[in-house]
Amino acid sequence: MAQLMPISEWFQKKEKYVQITPKTEKRPMPDGIWSKCAECGEIIYQKELVKNLWVCPKCDFHYKLAACDRLNILLDEGKSDEFDASLSSADPLKFEAEKTYIESLNQSREKTGLNDAVITVKGKIDSRNVIMAIMDFRFIGGSMGSVVGEKVTRAVEMAIKNKLPLVIVSSSGGARMQEGMLSLMQMAKTSAAIARFKKTGLPYISVLTNPTTGGVTASFASLGDIIIAEPQALVGFAGPRVIEKTIRQKLPKDFQKAEFMLGYGQIDLVVHRKDLKATISKLINFFTGELR
Amino acid sequence: MKKFMMDFEKPVVELETKLEKLKRLPTKEKSGIAKEILLLEKQIDKIHESIYSNLSASEKLQIARHPNRPRTFDYVDFIFTDFIELHGDRVCGDDLALVGGPAFLEGERVMILGHQKGKDTKENVSRNFGMPHPEGYRKALRLMELAEKFNLPLICFIDTPGAYPGIEAEEHGQAAAIAQNLMKMSTLSIPIIILNIGEGGSGGALALGVGDRIFMLENSYYSVITPEGCASILWHDETRASEAAEALKLTADDLLRLEIIDGIIDEPLGGAHRDFELVGGTLKKVLEDNIKELKGVSIDKLLDDRYKRLRKIGAYAEK
Repeated sequence: MAQLMPISEWFQKKEKYVQITPKTEKRPMPDGIWSKCAECGEIIYQKELVKNLWVCPKCDFHYKLAACDRLNILLDEGKSDEFDASLSSADPLKFEAEKTYIESLNQSREKTGLNDAVITVKGKIDSRNVIMAIMDFRFIGGSMGSVVGEKVTRAVEMAIKNKLPLVIVSSSGGARMQEGMLSLMQMAKTSAAIARFKKTGLPYISVLTNPTTGGVTASFASLGDIIIAEPQALVGFAGPRVIEKTIRQKLPKDFQKAEFMLGYGQIDLVVHRKDLKATISKLINFFTGELR
Repeated sequence: MKKFMMDFEKPVVELETKLEKLKRLPTKEKSGIAKEILLLEKQIDKIHESIYSNLSASEKLQIARHPNRPRTFDYVDFIFTDFIELHGDRVCGDDLALVGGPAFLEGERVMILGHQKGKDTKENVSRNFGMPHPEGYRKALRLMELAEKFNLPLICFIDTPGAYPGIEAEEHGQAAAIAQNLMKMSTLSIPIIILNIGEGGSGGALALGVGDRIFMLENSYYSVITPEGCASILWHDETRASEAAEALKLTADDLLRLEIIDGIIDEPLGGAHRDFELVGGTLKKVLEDNIKELKGVSIDKLLDDRYKRLRKIGAYAEK
């Protein structure tokens, strides 16, 4: 369905090269040589930002990462075998609002080149095989519907079957409402799979990145043997807007940030992106008994 | 009981009020209007049927949230004997929005858990309108483990708008508390029966919702997000909640079709509050039958079936 332009906008002067940035997503401008940090306003040389793993060199703000960029950072030579890549969402409820669910899916597919909000792979961390699931927030807010639930569950089962450590990097607004109760039940499905994984004696490292909320936090993401969060990542059950509306007061600025959650005993570690791979590697080696 | 009228009940309630007035007339005058009373009663029955047998999702939602709708404790009192309410999470609190304890079901020892809303504003405030904090979910976890230790079938009553979204709830780990329950319930080596008696609000409901049998009362709902929340995300307009309610496919009929629940328990026309004992009786029978059946299944098979049941939920295409 085409969006009609309101009449009031017909007569406004158009600027050339309009950059459309979603209101909530803080990302520096991707094109050009220079970027302005959306957090501190610092002008950063684009190449330096990429070299710095999408972390602002001045204020250390950790930008959201595409799943494939995350893969490059965490796995040896960025190499991996992806599985279940062809799984794609059906539209079981025939969900329709301003946009149909099918339209939302297609837009996200085009934007990200992914079939849904998670990729699941087998790869190596410091030469050791692991099963890894990485969520991508750009795909309908990293929401969990049937495909995310199924792929995560299969990844967990794959780790059980192959006796491999499990790493899940989450980034999600929660359960995907366009699939209704089928989405909610994915929380139970993934948690049941994790319960089975726990019996293997292998480590499950859960990494929470900005933001991880709702049904993903309230299921597999909170069930890691070790829970790591990136600095400043928003981590919680309810989103801040919902809480503010419920309690009718402004929330403190650091509320639900990784450091805040660390203080309340909800996570084990806050780890800078540049140290993330080394930390995961160390933990896996320790808990699998392969000390070095 | 206080009178409370839902929008779509208006035509009935008007006639009912008229009927009551007629019935209250002294017997002398009544003889002349006996016919009229009879006629009115027939008329009311007819309208009842036409209104209540074709309820929309948002109308069912109103019944599920009806202030006079029977709560967990109403059913506990009616169905079970010797219920002992147990308190506290052994960490820092006792959440009155989530209650539980052991009881007898016709001689069978069971463990009961349930969300508990209040009957009036005062009780609702103390019970936080049935919206648990992590303390509630951790108490539930404790009682689940107790049930497992003593081999008691677990019965969960679901009736919550959702887990409470507040500052303390986040500080105390709302998400982790829910996640722990989901994981635990998937491996509890006792039969688990879930009854949704009113509101099934998202993760806060699901945290008592993993089991071997799931039933819903006819006018209860179960949803990934409240229709109000959904409408506010989709259209930035909470008043369009009834549209969202339709789109979310949250009624018992929808969820039976999606193979998420095992059965629907009939309510009298107009909702469970119109004939509580009828619904209580049916629930009791359903519980007795299913516990008997599940107790005949070996624990290994029970757990395997429970996993498979979750495992198959989802709609996707694969090349």
